[in-house]
Amino acid sequence: MKQAEFVSLVMPFKDKVFRLAKRLLVSREEAEDATQEILLKLWNNKAKIEEYKNVEAFSMTMTKNFCLDRLKSRQAQNLKIVHSNYTDGNASLQRQLEVRDSMDWVSRIIEDLPEQQKIIVQLRDIEQYEYAEISKMLDMNETAIRVALSRARKTIREKLTNTHRYGIK
Amino acid sequence: MVLNNIEKLLEKYNNAETTLKEEAQLRAYFESDTVAPHLEQYKPLFKYFSKSQEEQYTKDVPLKPKKTIRLYQWISVAAVTVLMLGLMIPRIMGPTEEEKEEALLAYNQTMEALSLVSLGINEGKEQLGALTLVGENLDQGMAGVSRLDEFTKAKNRIFKNK
Repeated sequence: MKQAEFVSLVMPFKDKVFRLAKRLLVSREEAEDATQEILLKLWNNKAKIEEYKNVEAFSMTMTKNFCLDRLKSRQAQNLKIVHSNYTDGNASLQRQLEVRDSMDWVSRIIEDLPEQQKIIVQLRDIEQYEYAEISKMLDMNETAIRVALSRARKTIREKLTNTHRYGIK
Repeated sequence: MVLNNIEKLLEKYNNAETTLKEEAQLRAYFESDTVAPHLEQYKPLFKYFSKSQEEQYTKDVPLKPKKTIRLYQWISVAAVTVLMLGLMIPRIMGPTEEEKEEALLAYNQTMEALSLVSLGINEGKEQLGALTLVGENLDQGMAGVSRLDEFTKAKNRIFKNK
């Protein structure tokens, strides 16, 4: 397989790989690194690629695994500062500012979801894959995916509704 | 009617029962300006989804370095082969015809020169015969001298006795 061929094969989904990586790793730089790593892995295994029926699904699975590994090693290395019990009743001004940037809010709500749900929301709501495709990528059955997705969507709805009310207040 | 439909779709959406088509319908509705006030909170969500789709990976992936490394490897292989050939060829081919002729000529010349020298040595040897003759005469002379010694001893004895 030549380079041009490879690029045209990878072109349609490289952005999807990047977006999934960014969803999981959050930082743009890290997502770029991860995407590069994955594309290079594909390039190095280009002889085998032709055997795969669905390179895109395969790449998405690779991305998911790669990013989860990254997160794991990151957690092992760094001390995380979590404000899980941090409450502030007088944060209305800050909140109002945040509500103004409601898109930012949505991204933060999704960021707070468990990894599995994050991945499913990303694949379904943003990349708009069919359930069959997602089940192939994640090696999960469709029902489990629907359950996780429903849970994620309900969490998002709840948080958005709360934010919305605060915004109106 | 439309609103009713959307509400139903939203319910299905939250239960993860919508198809992609229905989700597209929802997205279209919330992107329009006629969103019902009590559904306002969904607006940023769908807006965020469509906006997120546009994000692109812009960095270049360096696919070439791998190739150049391979080229270097082949160059080093070629260099080693050339070196080995340079060492092996003279050994396998051996001396050429011309070199053999030259060596034979040199051998013959040396042999000629050596035989000339040996001839000279033989002549010298004959002359050495005269030297041996001289040596023989010298031995005879020495014998004469020893007789003279005897004579002197005898003479001394006589003189002592006197």
